[in-house]
Amino acid sequence: MDIRSQVAMVFHLDKCIGCHTCSIACKNVWTDRKGADYMWWNNVETKPGTGYPTQWENQEEYKGGWVVKDGKLQLRLTSKGKFLQKIFHQPSLPTMDEYYEPWTYRYEDLFNGPEQDDQPTAIPVSKVTGQYIDIEAGPNWDDDLGGSPLYARNDVNLSALSEEQRLQLLSIETLVMFYLPRICNHCANPACVAACPSGAIYKRGEDGIVLINQNVCRGWRYCVSACPYKKVFYNWSTGKSEKCLLCYPRVETGQAPACFHSCVGRIRYMGVLLYDADKIEAAGLKPDSELVTAHRDLLADPNDPAVIESARKNGVTEQVLQSARKSPVYRFVKDWGLALAPHPEYRTFPSLFYVPALGPVTYSMENGVALNPTSTEEIFAPLDQARLPMSYLASLFGAGQEAPVRYAMKKMLAIRTWKRATEVGDVDLKVALAGLREADCDPEQAEAIYRLTSLCSFEDRFVIPASHREQAVEVLTNPLERKGAAGFGFREAPQRGF
Amino acid sequence: MLTNFLFVGFPYVALVLAIVVSILRFTWRPFSYSSLSSQFLETESLFWGSSLWHWGILWVLSGHLFAFFLPEAILAWNARPLRLYLLEITGLSMALLALVGVVALIVRRFTDRRVKVVTSPLDVVLLAVLLYQVASGIDVAIRYRWGSAWFSTNAAPYLWSLLKLAPRPELIAPLPWMVKLHFLSGFLVILLLPFTRLVHFLVVPIFYYWRRPQVVIWNRRGLR
Repeated sequence: MDIRSQVAMVFHLDKCIGCHTCSIACKNVWTDRKGADYMWWNNVETKPGTGYPTQWENQEEYKGGWVVKDGKLQLRLTSKGKFLQKIFHQPSLPTMDEYYEPWTYRYEDLFNGPEQDDQPTAIPVSKVTGQYIDIEAGPNWDDDLGGSPLYARNDVNLSALSEEQRLQLLSIETLVMFYLPRICNHCANPACVAACPSGAIYKRGEDGIVLINQNVCRGWRYCVSACPYKKVFYNWSTGKSEKCLLCYPRVETGQAPACFHSCVGRIRYMGVLLYDADKIEAAGLKPDSELVTAHRDLLADPNDPAVIESARKNGVTEQVLQSARKSPVYRFVKDWGLALAPHPEYRTFPSLFYVPALGPVTYSMENGVALNPTSTEEIFAPLDQARLPMSYLASLFGAGQEAPVRYAMKKMLAIRTWKRATEVGDVDLKVALAGLREADCDPEQAEAIYRLTSLCSFEDRFVIPASHREQAVEVLTNPLERKGAAGFGFREAPQRGF
Repeated sequence: MLTNFLFVGFPYVALVLAIVVSILRFTWRPFSYSSLSSQFLETESLFWGSSLWHWGILWVLSGHLFAFFLPEAILAWNARPLRLYLLEITGLSMALLALVGVVALIVRRFTDRRVKVVTSPLDVVLLAVLLYQVASGIDVAIRYRWGSAWFSTNAAPYLWSLLKLAPRPELIAPLPWMVKLHFLSGFLVILLLPFTRLVHFLVVPIFYYWRRPQVVIWNRRGLR
């Protein structure tokens, strides 16, 4: 047993309104720079849709993540034997066109334009070349375009659907969509780390945040392809790769990252998970059908004395253990089975979990009035009548397996009915209770889920132990030495070359 | 005098600067060590340019290094005409690959609108020198046969004399100017090495073969 601590996340998709506030918060703090201008460490996608970069889920093309080959867990992209062959040109690397060419507008023309009959316009110019650009795509060009021929129809997950389901999903009368906010998953078995030839990417032992040492990165770009979520980006100006750093200066002081803090729908939760690093390899070798369970088995019970002992041996502090016991993520993922990792079949074991979107209530209608369920069958009828087929969600969150997604959706439906029964009273309590039981839930748990979903305060959502890194730094360096220096970390202008 | 300056002074300046600046740059400006790849901006013509150039020049370079370390082996191999032809033809075709590659890279660098943006003056200098180096090498190989023979008898001992700090420029003094210019631009490449993107050659990630797949760094415990 090798228990480590990980700051982990839950995004509750039912609450996401697709406002992109998270993306803007991140952009303003971290990637508003030359070379990083096209990067969106946090982005919000409309699903079904192609995403950013286009079709990032298409691993046939981008070769991200891990595969089981000859009974061993191997990167799909490369191996020790083969990596030098492709170092001169890497066929699976997405180019700027797969993301988008960043642009701005020549605003000064509005003021400096010569006097003429027409209003002056601010033409779009490329942020790379500075020349006029005919804008063809942007990072969220598929926004709200559920059912569109260009975006929704090319969603990689649609291959899990039958022809009939696909037609239904894309026809105008039955369109459906939901939002998928994405950041780096800070995986337990990160493919980017394993693929980096220079060994520049590392996972921090204390909190599991995955970072790139900019002084060691040589720009070989294997990480960009190896990350199946395409959340490592190549800075075309400095020739180094960059990625979401989970706002570690904020996390270290117990604050929520910028995208979490700014989330308008309050869909984001952050807390500590303890996991057993010794089990990762065995879990990765499991077949697709057992991956969700194997991932949950990695996560250790923070109340188990053996777990606590092993964690202490690894230097996990009491404060971290304490917040692990209060972790909202642990409750959503382990206790309640509501949150699921994206594409578990990539076998990186993400630390970001999603509560799947339930979508609109689709009970039966009579004379334009929705009827409340009168039996357990009716409670769960929306599962299979939903516009979004279960197989789609299974492709996204269940490695093709419907069971874990169905479990989560069922529980949420049951709780929705239960709350309707207790708060509004127009559903028979007995029916609602039977529904809860069938969904492997009880009133107590239902209440807890309801509270953490709907009435959660800032402190409920973010249980982040401060890591007191400042104290750790003091052990290593004399703080007085730093007094005259500039801030933390990187103290060199990030310029290209020598 | 000129010979001493060009073939004793200059090589030493180039070598010493290459070593000292590379180390200083690595220690003080580690951030500046990068392959500075532009594949992200343009990938299709880079495939031809970069692949042909790198594979070609690596074979040519290893040929030079082999003849430098084991000149007798080359001479022994060349004892049969057929084997000599085989060696020369292989070397020449690899050099031609490199030539096509470097030309493709130059064309790409000056025609692609995005790649132009990330082109520095030193990139231009480096590409020009590399182009000259490969072109002059091919010219010498064709006109002054057989390179593998005289390299082993004259050039290798001369280069060794430089390394042994007992330079003997007279060994290459009688060689034609075209050959000497090839030497000089070779030293120029060494001189340019620490100042340009060529440093990526010094940080070829061979350690990947030894390291564990996952890297975990603990704040208090260091690397594990």
